[in-house]
Amino acid sequence: MISLTSYAFVSMILFSIGVIGVIARRNIFVIYMSIELMLNGVNLFLITFARYHFNMDPQIITIMVISIAAAEAAIFLSVIILLFRSKRSLDTDIFTTLTQGEK
Amino acid sequence: MVDTSLLVWIVLAPLLGAILNGGFYFYHIKRKPVPEIVFSIIGTMTPLIAFLITLCLFLDMLNGNTTFRQELFTWVNIGSLNISMAFLGDHLAIFMSLFVTFVGWLIHIYAIGYMTKDEGFGKFFAYFNLFLASMLILVLADNPVILFIGWEGVGLCSYLLIAFYYSEEENVLAGNKAFIANRVGDFGFILGIVTLFFALGGVDLSFGSLETNISNASTSLLALSGFLLFVGAMGKSAQIPLYVWLPDAMAGPTPISALIHAATMVTAGVYMVSRFHFLYSGIEEIGTFIAYIGAFSALFAAIIATRQQDIKKILAYSTMSQLGYMFIAVGLGFYSSGLFHVLTHAFFKAMLFMGAGGMIIALHHEQNIFKMAQHRVQLPIIGITFLIGVIAISGIPPFSGFFSKDAILAAAFQEGQYGIWAIGMFTAFLTAFYMFRMYFILFVAPNKHTKHYVYTSKTITLPLLILAVGAVGAGFLNLPGALGGEHMVDTWLAQTNSTQVHMSHTTEYILMVVSVLIAASGIVVAYKKYANFDVYAPEDEKGLIANKFYIDEIYDAVFVKSAKKISSFIDKTIDMKIIDGLIMSGCNQFIALGKKVATIQNANVRFYAGFMLIGMSCVFIYLYISLGL
Repeated sequence: MISLTSYAFVSMILFSIGVIGVIARRNIFVIYMSIELMLNGVNLFLITFARYHFNMDPQIITIMVISIAAAEAAIFLSVIILLFRSKRSLDTDIFTTLTQGEK
Repeated sequence: MVDTSLLVWIVLAPLLGAILNGGFYFYHIKRKPVPEIVFSIIGTMTPLIAFLITLCLFLDMLNGNTTFRQELFTWVNIGSLNISMAFLGDHLAIFMSLFVTFVGWLIHIYAIGYMTKDEGFGKFFAYFNLFLASMLILVLADNPVILFIGWEGVGLCSYLLIAFYYSEEENVLAGNKAFIANRVGDFGFILGIVTLFFALGGVDLSFGSLETNISNASTSLLALSGFLLFVGAMGKSAQIPLYVWLPDAMAGPTPISALIHAATMVTAGVYMVSRFHFLYSGIEEIGTFIAYIGAFSALFAAIIATRQQDIKKILAYSTMSQLGYMFIAVGLGFYSSGLFHVLTHAFFKAMLFMGAGGMIIALHHEQNIFKMAQHRVQLPIIGITFLIGVIAISGIPPFSGFFSKDAILAAAFQEGQYGIWAIGMFTAFLTAFYMFRMYFILFVAPNKHTKHYVYTSKTITLPLLILAVGAVGAGFLNLPGALGGEHMVDTWLAQTNSTQVHMSHTTEYILMVVSVLIAASGIVVAYKKYANFDVYAPEDEKGLIANKFYIDEIYDAVFVKSAKKISSFIDKTIDMKIIDGLIMSGCNQFIALGKKVATIQNANVRFYAGFMLIGMSCVFIYLYISLGL
């Protein structure tokens, strides 16, 4: 049997890859995919604990996360399309119109 | 038995007059003109009402009622400090307010004639009534704090009235000078009240309770308090060294000079010292100090007056000189003698000022006595009353000034203050000299042409005649025992525990003869020098005395200039460089820091996410360590 620690490591790695993707990449699609990766890392962790403790509650949370992620995907993609239409770019660094600063 | 609640109406009547006149004046300048008669009626009726009420209370007191006291409301009540808005009408206050209202009323009547056709007629009467109301608050106050309200009120009104013709800079400066010089004194006065309060350990603050508790306090604190209170009196009553405002105060219209000098402001200091008689009787050194200040002020002002050319300034210096006499009396504990001189002085000085005002108007606002004499006009009533005033102030019997001044000089002699007595005698000589110098130049000295008829209003001459009766007869109110009198004023003011003149009749007769001789010699000298004076060749204005000993210039150099230097130093160096520098440099650093912080908020999603990561990592690390996992 694969140990709990291994699962935890895998989910941590997934989460960390997601975080690094969000921070380091500029393409907004890649950022979106990285967020999904983080969510999946968390989902994996939750399911692992569910199996380990024989408790179904985390699985319910996981299903909720997946469903909300689906809804979020719809909104996210439409927002991305709007942003692209207004700026003709997918680079997040130019989406700084809400700053108070000089730009 | 008269109702006590009448007492407050003595103050309220003129105050109401001030408010009404002020309101009508606003209507006058904003909407449509209000005839002068309205202002005149309100302006003169309210002092008359105050006088009649005072008279009622006075007559009731003659029937055995001793003291009226009316408490309106508690004004301040903090811990042991209890200040009521209360008025006190004892013998002293009623005595004072009797002639304040009476002479004040006559001056109001006079002002109708004097100020007629003036643009600010209504404003003038509003201020005038307010002046009287303030003075009556001062006189009728039941505790030092209420007294201080009146004290400040007369200061304010004097400022307003001296600078009445505010379009000329000189008048405004004179008003400022009066206000600032008084402010110096008022500062002493406030400190005096505070010291007194602490010296007594915080008793109920009214004259009655102060008097009963005065023995609880240490003498040194009382002496300090008495001295500080007298600093206030120096300012108000124009004594050395705070007298400089008084001659300049002549910039205002003449009725104001009459009111300030006869019935209100300048007598406040004498009244205040008499009011605090229980305090000053315990600290005789301060009393002697006051007497000496008074004596030197009397002498100093008299010396300056001998060479002045402005008629009103001569009168102003003579007031200062006479106030010096009053302070000699109250300083030595002869409160009733001092107040008696206040009374007689009110009559003849008001009359002199009014006469001077009448002449000034007739001569189209000429105030230099030599030039006035060149264009002499025949003003029979003014001429006669002026002569009466001059004789009265010089101290020739049986005119009132003789009795009051003689009582003071006798008091100084009896107390063994021969120095003060000698100064007083010499001042009496000078007084007779400079007053008759003025009279001879104005009325007697030969000149080439004399105009014979000039119109003077009845409202100007009528008060003069009434005051002339007072100036002649007021002296008999306090006729000394040596002349078969009954000391009526002394008896009336027995509440003040005034020291009485007790000396053998022979000594008193000798003193009287000496003082009459001295006054007469002053007149003779003035006659020899000025009766045949050529008014077309006036005296030059050079010399130490004609320039008032350069005191104004000295004050200017010592106090005004140095104060200006200190303020500009504080402004330019301490405030702008040090304080602003410190605070502004601190502010600037905060602003710079804020700008740096603001750069973090660049709205960059990934940047925020990175910070979130750092923050969450920190929290986790902290939890990891603190939970010991």
